[in-house]
Amino acid sequence: MVPSEPLPPPRLVPKLRVNGVDHPIRLDRDRSLLYVLREELGLTGTKYGCGEGECGACKVLLDGVAVRSCKTPVGETVGRSITTIEGLADGQALHPVQQAFVEEGAFQCGYCTPGMILAAVSLLNQNPRPSEDEVRAALDGNLCRCGGYLRILEAVQRASRRSSRSGEGGT
Amino acid sequence: MSENVVPFDLLPPTERAYFDRWGDGLVVVLPSHPPGPGGWGRDGPPHGGAWIHVGEDGKARAFTGKVEVGQGTRTALSLLVAEELRLPLSSVELTMGDTDVCPWDMGTFGSRSMPDAGEHLRLTGAAARGFLLEIAATKLEIAPKDLECSDGQVWAKGMKGSRSVAYAELVHGLRRVETVPPSAQPTPPSAWTRAGHPTSNLGGREVVTGTRQYTSDLHPPGLMHGNVLFPPSKGAKLRVVDLSGAQAMPGVVTVHEGDLVAVAAPDLASARAALKAIRAEWEPALPLSEKDVVEYLRQHPAEGEDFWDVIHHAVGDVDAALRAAPVSLHETYTTAYIAHVPMETHAVLAAWEGERLTLWMGSQTPFRAREAVSDALDLPPASVRIVVPPTGSGFGGKHAADLGVVAARLAKAAGHPVRITYTREEEFAQGYFRPLAVIDVRSGAADDGTLEAWEFHVLNAGSAAARTPYRVTNQKIDSQPADSPLSQGSYRALAATANNFARESHLDELATRVGVDPVEYRLRHLADDRLAAVLRAVAERAGWVARPRPVAPGGRPGRGRGIAVGLEKGGRVATFAEVEVHEDRRLEVARIVTGFECGAIVHPTNLRSQVEGGTIMALGGALFEAIHFENGRVLNPRLSEYRVPRFRDVPPIEVLLLDRRDLPSQGGGEAPLLAVAPAIANAIYDATGRRLRSLPLVPDGLVP
Repeated sequence: MVPSEPLPPPRLVPKLRVNGVDHPIRLDRDRSLLYVLREELGLTGTKYGCGEGECGACKVLLDGVAVRSCKTPVGETVGRSITTIEGLADGQALHPVQQAFVEEGAFQCGYCTPGMILAAVSLLNQNPRPSEDEVRAALDGNLCRCGGYLRILEAVQRASRRSSRSGEGGT
Repeated sequence: MSENVVPFDLLPPTERAYFDRWGDGLVVVLPSHPPGPGGWGRDGPPHGGAWIHVGEDGKARAFTGKVEVGQGTRTALSLLVAEELRLPLSSVELTMGDTDVCPWDMGTFGSRSMPDAGEHLRLTGAAARGFLLEIAATKLEIAPKDLECSDGQVWAKGMKGSRSVAYAELVHGLRRVETVPPSAQPTPPSAWTRAGHPTSNLGGREVVTGTRQYTSDLHPPGLMHGNVLFPPSKGAKLRVVDLSGAQAMPGVVTVHEGDLVAVAAPDLASARAALKAIRAEWEPALPLSEKDVVEYLRQHPAEGEDFWDVIHHAVGDVDAALRAAPVSLHETYTTAYIAHVPMETHAVLAAWEGERLTLWMGSQTPFRAREAVSDALDLPPASVRIVVPPTGSGFGGKHAADLGVVAARLAKAAGHPVRITYTREEEFAQGYFRPLAVIDVRSGAADDGTLEAWEFHVLNAGSAAARTPYRVTNQKIDSQPADSPLSQGSYRALAATANNFARESHLDELATRVGVDPVEYRLRHLADDRLAAVLRAVAERAGWVARPRPVAPGGRPGRGRGIAVGLEKGGRVATFAEVEVHEDRRLEVARIVTGFECGAIVHPTNLRSQVEGGTIMALGGALFEAIHFENGRVLNPRLSEYRVPRFRDVPPIEVLLLDRRDLPSQGGGEAPLLAVAPAIANAIYDATGRRLRSLPLVPDGLVP
């Protein structure tokens, strides 16, 4: 998964920074970020759901903000920092949103979960204490066909409460 | 795996290689009963069995032919095994739907996982516990009745801590295969300590870290990607095809056999390009469009097959009773074709090892898929293995095996493993749909409201829940399949949703006509006490105040309430809905209360998710989901054109679970959907006086 450091000067080989690791990539075709992540880097935690930006299963973080990787040309992401679901946990320690999803049982088939979690992380990055309506609005672009929306809502609010509590405790 | 593997279900229980695969131990088998040569129903309904291996590592490996596609049965069934063997959940490993090692099973549909697989695993686990006690009795020289199992050990009763022996030690060096004896006694739900208690679903860490591998994520070395050339409309015939463009592309393999045209390439983009390079001309077959479909179905009845059974049920004299009844109603209700829209589209991976084929696919019917694939490829069933990886939901939409046949042919031609993953557009256009149903209802009531006549004619919905749970002396119920212009098939609670929508809407109309409160009207006629109990519980939670007619004085303008019940697959459901119809006619579902009872609850955490999720899925079909088509072609095969419920569509939902530990556990995946649409239709009527009799009720979000 982790390639050896490329030898040519960095400017000649565009590099994609994913989960803290630089990956040399080709820019010779009009490929989406989703395609490169799944088909070339083997990061299959990012899911294909519709290919037209309607379902959110393909969401990743681009400089901390959730984007639909199926609608994002890979060329636009060179030089920026990409986080996929595989890179969210800190080693064995789950991110608070991941932890809350497990505790709240906020998944059924689990296929929408990576995109859902990253959309929630993006929201909490910008708004650590969102109201229920704000969570709903932020996640409206993410579909869950198992209908886990209310569990997901609970999980995001749980993560929000925990983060802000630990934030208070830490200062 | 070598080529001469024989799937376990094709060998007698004593000849299977349990111990070579999982080490020494104790194996207990509940034999399965596949359909005989005469087909289903010859020797009673077929059923899958179960078997459990208790190994030297102290683990219980359990096997069932049912599959997990996101409905949570892996955890529920594992809980039952853990319960019977007195083991922590982490000491149970459940293998599901692998046709090489699992017992034969007809498939995961019809809410049968709990009543069938659950019951079979309980029996097998109880039997295994009995054999462990027996072995321990010899070892400890204590009578089995004075021993008990707990925490993976057998203990002398009342002497806990002093004399015990671990399962691992009991089965050490053992290679014993037993059959479940008739005396096996599963633990009664009232004594459950693991099952029936809140538990997280297994595999959470893999899900939230993105490491769970679905079929569409599998990427073995040498993988090639397949694409299929599909007709532009149902039934279109391939007239001319020119593959030269695709064949000229590097690394591309093509298959052309009859109407099947498919390509494979070393990467997904090349496979797409190769498909685009094919030139084909089609002869369209069905010039039928949406606006003509109801009339078409009425004129094209079809033979019943499989679950599309024909029902003709008559008691008393409906015609005479209708003529005599002072109050009578005659209405027609319809439902649209809707799509399953699983988050993970259909995916299948095919790999050959010599003449043996393995297919990884999110199939709800792996054993039937094995049969279909081996038939299509002219292989013995033993030469095909179906493995069901974690699957991104199914909802009844993943029963077909044809994609597996295509992948197998491509893999054979390419000499490489081939995976086909549908695009979302292919998923919409190439799948089958929940049937478009037309239901005619005629009813008659006495002056005091008593239901005297009930005629229920179902066209193309299927027969589930066609019969009425209400007492009525004269009734005539027919269910007639029709020749559908679009592919149709299984769907979560398909027929029951349509039939229940018609019945529960109609009953409300009748209650209004005779001036009786809808809850009271139902309770007066309900023949099922359990269903009545669920209805009462929901009415109470919802704060239902009885009134004989809609629009109570002092009630809020535009606000309405509705209630409906459903009884299907052993589950009893009642749903209350409160709606608000705004000045601009926009419909808002303001509140839902769903009560559900399915006997003893095995996995309450997951059941709540199933009831909530089922309610939300049903909202889509009730309010806005519909497949549009013209000349046999689906017009809205994209998520931007076919709307499914999102966060914004989800009202507050209260779930009431009635746990009946005195009753056998039934499935919970389907029945919770049944009462949503009629409850909302009834609420819209209550709010506006408008009776909507077609699903979806408000395709554009507005009450007409």
